[in-house]
Amino acid sequence: MELLNSLLFDYTLRTVALGAATLGIVSGALGSFAVLRRQSLLGDAMSHAALPGVVIAFMLTGSKTPVILLVGAAVAGWLGALLMNGVVRNTRIKEDSALGIILSVFFGFGLMLLTFLQRNPDARQAGLNSFLFGQAATLLISDVIPMAILGTIVLLLVLIFWKEFKLLSFDRDFAASLGYPVAWLDVVLTSLLVLAIVVGLQAVGVVLMSAMVVAPAAAARQWTDRLGVMVFLAALFGAIAGVGGAMISSLGSGLSTGPVVVLVVSGIVLLSLLFAPNRGLVWNWVRQQRDRRKLRLQSVLTNMYYLAEQHDDMAHPHAVTVLQAMNFGQGGVRRSLHVLRERGLVQESSSGFWALTAEGVEEARQLIDSRRAGKGGDR
Amino acid sequence: MSVQLEVQLIAVVVAVACALPGVFLVLRGMAMMSDAISHTVLLGIVLAFFLVGDLDSPLLIVGAALMGVLTVTLVELLNQTQLVKQDAAIGLVFPALFSVAVILISRFARGVHLDVDAVLLGELAFAPFDRVQFWGLDVPIALAVMGGILVLNGLFIGLFYKELKLATFDPALAAALGFSPVLLHYGLMTLVSVTAVGAFDAVGSVLVVALMITPPATAYLLTNRLSHMLGLSAVIGAGSALAGYWLARLLDANIAGSMATMTGAIFLVTFLLAPERGIVAILRRRQRQRWEFAQAALTIHLLHHEDSPQADEECRVDHLGEHLRWQRPFADEVVRLARRHGLVTQDNGRLYLTDKGRQTVQDAIVR
Amino acid sequence: MTERRFAIEVEDLTLAYQDKPVLWDIDLHVPEGILMAIVGPNGAGKTTLIKTILGLLKPAAGRITIYGKPFVAQRKLVAYVPQRGSVDWDFPTNVLDVVMMGRYGRLGWVKWPGREDRELAMEALRKVGMANFAHRQISQLSGGQQQRTFLARALVQDAQIYFMDEPFQGVDATTERAIIQLLKELRAAGKTVVVVHHDLQTVSEYFDWVTLLNVRRIASGPVSQVFTEENLRLTYGGKVAFLSKTAVSQSTPDTLQPASSGG
Ligand SMILES: Nc1ncnc2c1ncn2[C@@H]1O[C@H](COP(=O)(O)OP(=O)(O)OP(=O)(O)O)[C@@H](O)[C@H]1O
Ligand SMILES: [Mg+2]
Repeated sequence: MELLNSLLFDYTLRTVALGAATLGIVSGALGSFAVLRRQSLLGDAMSHAALPGVVIAFMLTGSKTPVILLVGAAVAGWLGALLMNGVVRNTRIKEDSALGIILSVFFGFGLMLLTFLQRNPDARQAGLNSFLFGQAATLLISDVIPMAILGTIVLLLVLIFWKEFKLLSFDRDFAASLGYPVAWLDVVLTSLLVLAIVVGLQAVGVVLMSAMVVAPAAAARQWTDRLGVMVFLAALFGAIAGVGGAMISSLGSGLSTGPVVVLVVSGIVLLSLLFAPNRGLVWNWVRQQRDRRKLRLQSVLTNMYYLAEQHDDMAHPHAVTVLQAMNFGQGGVRRSLHVLRERGLVQESSSGFWALTAEGVEEARQLIDSRRAGKGGDR
Repeated sequence: MSVQLEVQLIAVVVAVACALPGVFLVLRGMAMMSDAISHTVLLGIVLAFFLVGDLDSPLLIVGAALMGVLTVTLVELLNQTQLVKQDAAIGLVFPALFSVAVILISRFARGVHLDVDAVLLGELAFAPFDRVQFWGLDVPIALAVMGGILVLNGLFIGLFYKELKLATFDPALAAALGFSPVLLHYGLMTLVSVTAVGAFDAVGSVLVVALMITPPATAYLLTNRLSHMLGLSAVIGAGSALAGYWLARLLDANIAGSMATMTGAIFLVTFLLAPERGIVAILRRRQRQRWEFAQAALTIHLLHHEDSPQADEECRVDHLGEHLRWQRPFADEVVRLARRHGLVTQDNGRLYLTDKGRQTVQDAIVR
Repeated sequence: MTERRFAIEVEDLTLAYQDKPVLWDIDLHVPEGILMAIVGPNGAGKTTLIKTILGLLKPAAGRITIYGKPFVAQRKLVAYVPQRGSVDWDFPTNVLDVVMMGRYGRLGWVKWPGREDRELAMEALRKVGMANFAHRQISQLSGGQQQRTFLARALVQDAQIYFMDEPFQGVDATTERAIIQLLKELRAAGKTVVVVHHDLQTVSEYFDWVTLLNVRRIASGPVSQVFTEENLRLTYGGKVAFLSKTAVSQSTPDTLQPASSGG
């Protein structure tokens, strides 16, 4: 309650939350496309590659205005993506290595420039902390407004070219056969991702920006099979993580916003992987158990039928141990028998000996027939 | 030994120690795993530190190595659920583990000399000041540690060279022959983790990636043989380390950053100028091949049509442009070259294949 | 030359990937209203040929026309069914949505598909017997159903010429018959259908025209005339089956080296 209060009335916290929400929405939405196009780690590489851009922008203009630095960051990140593409296209070097090279070399170059600029070779004193981990806590409304404007533009472009981006991500060749300039669409979509990253850098920093690209999208994918819903959910998860993370870190002393936001969003991913309907691991497990139990019921029932058939007396009782052996000793036979008894399909004639009831015989026969007809495996 | 010399020596040892396992990461398409591991080892160190309460304990390296292996395992498990793809799995696991580490440090380990910036960035220049007695020698701790890791990496790769080679190029065959690719895989990942921990003190975790990936990738452009690639990567790594050191001296800038920059510079030069696989070589080859290819296309075209009813039309110089979609000057040049090479003869604007031309067609297609 | 118009004309087409030639001097004249198979061993360049005709790859030499005009001008007359394995079937979308992508070419930029497109897509799904699957997530389709989905997407393109890359791959006999039935209906409606096909047994039964391809065009024409043992041996038997007396047996053109001779 107190938290809500401060969110509504505390100016600083409200600004921070607003910034974090913007970042979450934009990176969640664009991240969806990156994840679907198997470019999840591009975000990581491009956020690191932004460092020399920031430093050079400062060297050229002497200004620390966020907007100018962000332009530098965007240009460098964009160049990094382009260069990576060039390396992968023209050499035998694979995408993962190219990503690693761009990420680390650009970052190292930026670090060298920065320390050179400060005439102090000690990287730890270079004031990189905020670049690395973000400084959401010190965001001003004058920082948030450009973020929001940029973010809105990015989202609008995604909306305008929705159909094209969807087609590009799903079936590039088909898009090309329809006459869409796929190479250009690639560039545009990548550029939008760069912008989304730049929007987030200030708040969560380089190291953790990659998580904001991948995690909301990966979580959202579990809940839906529609691209539109996925992008919307990813934006929502991103926003929740952003605001939640900002608020939690405002409580604890000395918690950087970046790591907290990442933990929140990772929590969302974990929940989604476990509990999302249809795809969730827990449901999957439950379904498997249910199927296995059902299969066992059926096999116990039909086994009893086959046994009884050999005695010409369908009510002939059989020992549990025989049934267990027929079930390859997998266990659970006794429990299955009890379940079957509750349904009135079998009865225990004497201790440890079970027989089919009339309904049981009928049920088993139907089961066997349907299996013969080749439909048994359907369920 | 002077401090300067020691710094250079450490830089070289770090670079070579990183480059060796890096070769296999690059060849196996797992380069980004180095990025993940170099971040998550921090969590291993933090947890081990909470356990033993001593920042100098060798157990920290054990903790880090375990965490590296755990990272790989988690990524693979996540991948196996088929709910996310491999690249996304990496991107999910390491930021989460790293964030936990950062928060643990800032909450519970303040004031201890365990500083996240230091982990990410490292500082080579101070390495010689922490010293240790080693067999009666007074050496920097960093040198002793990285030297040990270098030996370890060298031993592992030396001992399991042929198994690693097989498991990298043909995992199925390796498994069939009874080498466990999984075991080798985890062995390699342990090495990467240990190397990352040892190295990030000196150069920081981001730049560990530069040293692990860039020299092997550069070597990959220069050679096809695994043994050569290992050697070249080591040399390129060492060269970048020395060049980076002097560049840093010159600019009064960060050494690790300069080393990474130098690996990048060497890569760029190789990317452009490598004898066979460089951009310039490719472009020149394409230029040359364009003409050879065009001549081959011309001879095939002639052969194809010499017996057809429209031969007189198809085989005329004036009509090549129309049929092959070649600009006139280009077509003329191709004909000129083909005639000079004795592939065709020209009579009254009509082209005829020579025997040599016929032979060339065979070679062009059959080879 | 003939009474019939040519739907597709390819003249002296040569194409190389970087410096590796894959198609050499291909000539192809496909009359309107036929059902044509392209056959050839793996790596023969069948997919490459289709992609080149569709303007996805740039040829080194040669001319391609669709009804007498360059492809770019005739794009709307052409529909394409890519190889099924070329897309990620775990993409978050459903069958109807995929089929509607076939309308994107007519819609042009920015405009969103409307009710009419939806109805056309449903209509196409009915034709391929997939109406009940319209809202099924595409990862929950069998191979045959995926193929039918792609087919429906081509149908809504409402084209004159259909290019299909291995539509029978991983499809059971029932689906195969259903698909071929559909293709025959298209032919009856005067459309031209070009299909990359792997099963030599069924060529004569399904198709009336065939192109044998292995880096070079070995033969092209009515099945009864060109689908001969001699031609098949040339296509599948020898190395590149052209002029080559030395090279025989199972080698594939995968081992083709760049044409570095000639100088
Ligand atoms: N993008 C590419 N870059 C380089 N070579 C390629 C590329 N795509 C295909 N090739 C090569 O071109 C040749 C022809 O390939 P293509 O895919 O057209 O064969 P195909 O006849 O469709 O074979 P399949 O029956 O296996 O589908 C092959 O040798 C292949 O290795
Ligand atoms: Mg193919």
